[in-house]
Amino acid sequence: MKNLWDLAGVFAYLSLLTVGGGMAAFPEMKELTVDTYHWLTFPELLHFYSLGQLAPGPNMMMVASIGVVVGHIPGALVALIAFFLPTGLLTFFIGRLWTHLATWRWRPSIQAGLGSVAVGLVLAGAIIMGKGAITDVFFGVISLIVFLLLWRTKINPAYPIVASGLVGMALHYFTAT
Amino acid sequence: MSVADTPPVAPPPSLGKLFWVFLVMGATSLGGGVVGYLRTGLVVRQRWLDDLSFVELLSISQTLPGLNATNMSILVGDRLRGGLGALVATLGMCLPGASLMIAAGFAYGAGGDGPWSKAFLHGIAAGAVGLIVVVLVQLGAKTLKTVADYVFVVLTAVAVAFFKVPVPYALIVAGIVAIWWHRPRDKDVP
Repeated sequence: MKNLWDLAGVFAYLSLLTVGGGMAAFPEMKELTVDTYHWLTFPELLHFYSLGQLAPGPNMMMVASIGVVVGHIPGALVALIAFFLPTGLLTFFIGRLWTHLATWRWRPSIQAGLGSVAVGLVLAGAIIMGKGAITDVFFGVISLIVFLLLWRTKINPAYPIVASGLVGMALHYFTAT
Repeated sequence: MSVADTPPVAPPPSLGKLFWVFLVMGATSLGGGVVGYLRTGLVVRQRWLDDLSFVELLSISQTLPGLNATNMSILVGDRLRGGLGALVATLGMCLPGASLMIAAGFAYGAGGDGPWSKAFLHGIAAGAVGLIVVVLVQLGAKTLKTVADYVFVVLTAVAVAFFKVPVPYALIVAGIVAIWWHRPRDKDVP
């Protein structure tokens, strides 16, 4: 029961950090779920996060997987509600207000200022994730190829990401035998 | 399709129809890029919004905390059918992905974490890093206009990733400095 309260607290807090996308919350998510509460290991967090990128819909549904690990179905529901309700309510009410603020002088300032900070937070998340996922040159090459493919072509990201998984299995086959 | 080609806006849908359309988008928007699916579904196919309102709602979604996909569901749902519309659209958008990731959580616990699936997931994680860097480049190209913006990005990222500064502090301090840097100047006032 205490775990569910911890889950609710952690994900409600993380929810408010998702400025510029889910990745912005990744550094604190690692800190809390792995280092503070030991709900899962860093590789497990990376696995769920990456799987979550393959799932349809909003790209942070992986919070439900962490919820399952901590408290089965109730855990998943608590994690989902805690992660989406606070920002949801904020968006709902500020969204109604924001349209009335169209001519407010500070509105472009807030958009431009928060925009660059948000990019910085996503970059921090990418660095932390990269340190965990790119364990040797081989995985670095996979990241680089996926980056170039998605940057230069209009291909659906799901294909190169599934392909990287298959390459990972091939590598396991050759190193295990 | 350019803004000028956008057909006239259709009347607001029923709650059931709203839920169904968001459920379909929630189930089919594979591989990220939900914004593209949203525009195709809402502006082109259903004609519930014109391009101008779509871009306006999108800029609100991107400024506020929360994910683009859920923020857009809330704003579009609210605009079309009020509070209930926002709820129904968000549930539809989240249901398919959430069910899949709940299943993934159980599968991982039930022996889905053997060496083969670990090797697969390790590969996926490396691929996902590539995806995030692309998102970063696209987000940066849209947001960063001046040298100062790049300085804010690097300072925020270094503070969080290397000096372990908690994200809320970084967000508040860098946010206030960056917003102040972009403060309205007197010459902007007409």
